[in-house]
Amino acid sequence: MENPHVLFLSLLVFLPALGALLIATPLFGKGNEELTKRFAFGFTVIVFLMSIWMAIPGASPNQFSFDGDAVSEMQMVFNLPWIPSFDINYFMGVDGISFPLIVLTTFISMLSMAASWPIKKYVKGYCILFLLLETGMIGVFMALDFFLFYVFWEVMLLPMYFLIGIWGGPRREYAAIKFFLYTLLGSVFMLIAILILYYNSDLRALSPEQLQAAHVISAVDDAAAASAANALIAAESPQHTFNILALQTLGQSTDQFSKPGLFGWSLQIWAFLLLFVGFVIKVPSVPLHTWLPDAHVEAPTPISMILAGVLLKMGGYGIIRMCYPICPEGGYSLAWFVCIIGVVSMVYGAFAALAQKDFKRMVAYSSVSHMGYVVLGLGVWSLASSVDPDYWAMGATGAMFQMLAHGISSAGMFFMVGVIYDRVHHRDLDKFGGLFAKMPIYSGLSVGIFFAGLGLPGLCGFIGEVLVTLSVWKFSVVLAVISASVVVLTAAYILWALQRVYLGAEYKGPHPEALTPITQRELWIASPLLALAILFGVYPQALLMYMTPTITRQVDQLAGWALEHEAQQQALTQDQQQEDLQKQAALAEQREEEFAITN
Amino acid sequence: MSYQQLIENLFSDTAMSVKFFLPELTLCCTILLMLLARLFRWGRALGSFVFATAGAIVALYYAAPWMLLESGDVVQRTELFTGMLIYDSFTVFFRGLLLFFLILFCVLSQLTGIPDKEDSGDYYTLVLGSVLGMMLMVSANHLLIIFLAVEMASVPSYVLAGLLKGRRKASEAALKYSIYGAGTAGVMLYGISLVAGITGSAHLPTVAVRLSELLSGPPLGSAAIVLALGALMIAVGLAFKLAAVPFHLWCPDVFEGASAEVNAFLSVASKAAALALLVRVAIGVGYVPEATQQQLAQASAVAEELGERAAAPMEEATPPADALESAAPTAVTEPTAITTDASLPQPAADDMTAGLAGSRSFVALLIAIMAAVTCTFGNLAAFGQTNIKRLLAYSTIAHAGYMMMPVSAALVLLASDPSAATKAVSTLVLYLTIYLFMNLGAFAIVAFLRNQMFSEEIADYAGLIRTSPGVVVCFTAILFSLVGIPPLAGFLGKFAIFEALVEANLMWLLVVAGINTAISLYYYLRVAKVMIMDEEPDTRGPVHFPMLSLSGAYVALVTAPVLLLIFNWNGLNEWARAACSQLLQ
Repeated sequence: MENPHVLFLSLLVFLPALGALLIATPLFGKGNEELTKRFAFGFTVIVFLMSIWMAIPGASPNQFSFDGDAVSEMQMVFNLPWIPSFDINYFMGVDGISFPLIVLTTFISMLSMAASWPIKKYVKGYCILFLLLETGMIGVFMALDFFLFYVFWEVMLLPMYFLIGIWGGPRREYAAIKFFLYTLLGSVFMLIAILILYYNSDLRALSPEQLQAAHVISAVDDAAAASAANALIAAESPQHTFNILALQTLGQSTDQFSKPGLFGWSLQIWAFLLLFVGFVIKVPSVPLHTWLPDAHVEAPTPISMILAGVLLKMGGYGIIRMCYPICPEGGYSLAWFVCIIGVVSMVYGAFAALAQKDFKRMVAYSSVSHMGYVVLGLGVWSLASSVDPDYWAMGATGAMFQMLAHGISSAGMFFMVGVIYDRVHHRDLDKFGGLFAKMPIYSGLSVGIFFAGLGLPGLCGFIGEVLVTLSVWKFSVVLAVISASVVVLTAAYILWALQRVYLGAEYKGPHPEALTPITQRELWIASPLLALAILFGVYPQALLMYMTPTITRQVDQLAGWALEHEAQQQALTQDQQQEDLQKQAALAEQREEEFAITN
Repeated sequence: MSYQQLIENLFSDTAMSVKFFLPELTLCCTILLMLLARLFRWGRALGSFVFATAGAIVALYYAAPWMLLESGDVVQRTELFTGMLIYDSFTVFFRGLLLFFLILFCVLSQLTGIPDKEDSGDYYTLVLGSVLGMMLMVSANHLLIIFLAVEMASVPSYVLAGLLKGRRKASEAALKYSIYGAGTAGVMLYGISLVAGITGSAHLPTVAVRLSELLSGPPLGSAAIVLALGALMIAVGLAFKLAAVPFHLWCPDVFEGASAEVNAFLSVASKAAALALLVRVAIGVGYVPEATQQQLAQASAVAEELGERAAAPMEEATPPADALESAAPTAVTEPTAITTDASLPQPAADDMTAGLAGSRSFVALLIAIMAAVTCTFGNLAAFGQTNIKRLLAYSTIAHAGYMMMPVSAALVLLASDPSAATKAVSTLVLYLTIYLFMNLGAFAIVAFLRNQMFSEEIADYAGLIRTSPGVVVCFTAILFSLVGIPPLAGFLGKFAIFEALVEANLMWLLVVAGINTAISLYYYLRVAKVMIMDEEPDTRGPVHFPMLSLSGAYVALVTAPVLLLIFNWNGLNEWARAACSQLLQ
């Protein structure tokens, strides 16, 4: 293995699974619960440190590079044959879109493992499932082979089902199976789309340069790569592929996915729809969001943190990585559909949050509302079309930023709700009040994190929302006004909740004696979250420097595609118009002749 | 051809065929040996299990499916016993699969102790006899052999279903099974006689040739209806073996009454053989093998014979008048033309394939509809089950539906892209191999648990994870694998089948299969939920199923492929491809 990234990235993905395997051994038996938790926590810390190590610019090969073009492209790529008879490769890499999400995943995993200390039931099983879940999550963000991506995507389902179903609240079984069924249905649609794309793809249509850029051919030296590419292009039978980068190139530069499908819609539109439904269930957007409030409310605190902090981001990631680049025509034709889904989610989520009596349910609905920004920001592109790609870049950057900001703030909010729930064992908003007096540090941290969720300037939530709203403004004032007014609703439900929980004279609900000040462990989980929320609020460049080049590059490519597409459409319509004119002229002539004859 | 010559040919043909028939012969000898050994004290002391297992291992050695993995065509497609059987890589693979299963099955029966000392001789005789029939099913090349093989495989199963003497449900199961089986066998035989009557032959490739002539000739009129009826009736027999809707009614009752071990046998071996047979028949009536095409083109004698045979029952075989008549019937009615024109084979072959388009699309649609209905019905009916064996019976029905889909896809692809068609069949082979481990594992666990808790109700599995975590983890993995969730092996089979459906552009079937996958989750999940999340019932005694025991090791061994196959299934896939590579030759 001459490629140094194989070992590093594989370790990053599979180290948690290895930890799970070790915990499964009889070494960690009954009575060793504390040790088991520490061991699992140790693994999440190691994985986090590994991902952070990638972030620090340096000379070592396993680090995120900022050199020239490298920063915007896929880095640390390796592509090994896995199942050659099905063209499946073990293909991974990292770029400016996935890298921040990977770090977010390892970070949130570490914090929520730390938040798992109150778990007392079947600790061994919990730790095993938790670590398996982490492997699945990291794998999704790294996989560049569609099959591999799908496997990781589904690997998360089983642990998640059991984590909610065994360690959850009173209605845990209902919530767990609802989550499972919804996601599985979405992934079946996704699988169908993947197979359609696979079967219709043909690598022979690409140039050697494109093949090399998509890492279909790993370039040891130029001559060898060129001959391999030529051999591939000269192949007799179609060369199908699961390579996501190659599929993107095929979708943008060839018409392989433009064949007409059912109802006369092209394959691109169908694939876009199927993938979009699969991803949007995970995001989740109205009307496919109903699993989320149940799952979030019933899940134990650390799992809620993972759900809100990482799992929802996979939907957004899927849309930005798969839907648009592979099926630009689908995104182009369904622009309004996507944007309206985003806006409806924002408004509906905000109103629903306003109506909740359950603290955790309110936070859950706030996730629906906040993730609506992500969908809207990504959808803006096609409204913008080719007029000015900068606005889409702004929208997409906003969406990405919003995902990360929401990952931090929502994980923090769920943790804060969990802290109070551990003490008083209820979450009824109307029975709280006066917590500031009893738990001043906790309340201070909470207020900070909730403000970050609210989108207060100077905190991380603000940047994403502003970027998205601004980018919409140019193209649809109505949508922009609606999305801007959601900010007011957000402020309303968060402030109202804060008022009911932390302010007020004194706590009158059950278990007032349990309101002890925040512990050291809880403090160490909450404060990094708040610190990051502040850091990204005042210095967004810390994140943008990773994301912007990649997003800009992708946007430019897609804008180029859109220009071409529009030119084509125009030419088509012009041709049609000319044809129509000619036909009319001919018809008129004919009539005149007939007229002359009859006379 | 003189009489003397005929006899000599027969002798040489038989001598040649026996070479390829060794696994079957080994099983026959094992059965005889097993029965005879019971007369002696040493034979009784050894027990039938030893003989059966040893016989199966020797037979597997002769079947040698591993030679498929070697490069080059080690297996040559050959017709055995004057065309009654066909020996090709498909036969080799399926014989290997059945024998491999037989070994695992014998070990399972020994571990659970389902046949007591008294019964074990009969039990293993029946099992081996049934497997023998299945091995004939997978290599059948003649309609009569199909019937004989199906019966040979079925009759012992009827007895096996009633093995637990004195249990009312077992007797009911056996009776239901045999009546149903006898009925469908009769219908199938009728169908065979209709098809053979119209086409003038029961030899599958010849039937295909005759069909292509008939279908590309002048309109068939009432003969077409008779043909379709015959095909439907044969389908009835196959559908019974597959437990496809609407001939599935025996399945849940038989599975509930019979012991879990027998269920494993019925749901894996019987189903595998039936699917292989379905492939043989479907391709048999949808495609004229290349070898037969060449024979037709080269040996005028064969064609002459065919022409004579064809002329007798059918009037349509008169020399064609119009210029549009394809080359295939010409080849038969005017055999001299073939021998003189060397360039004919290729166009003739294409025309023959084209001539069968009618029968192919008919069979493809029939199988596709049956698959969709079977799959959906099986999954929906499984929802309400409380008995684990009944639930698994419906799951088996649903899986038969999934596995019939690629056969339909293969038929659709046959004309345009033969290599894609064989690939489609290979997805079935892949699925079936994975399915072997899943279902054997599931029923093995049910059997082991029955020995511990004397119950097969799902409700009695509640809270098993507290006392027997190992087996619950294995069972859960198998159940989720049956749903088809990655990274478990069941997903690989589903993935491959879905790919075949996309390739054949059977989108409606793909959507049906996809939605079925999603809804099937619910009932499999329920079992896992009961075992893991529910509280232990007071009524049940303590259940301890240690993984560090022979039974535990067996369960772990069977579950291991389900868990580990995701890491590298390229070899298995290539094996499956190799198994199907000669189907169209």
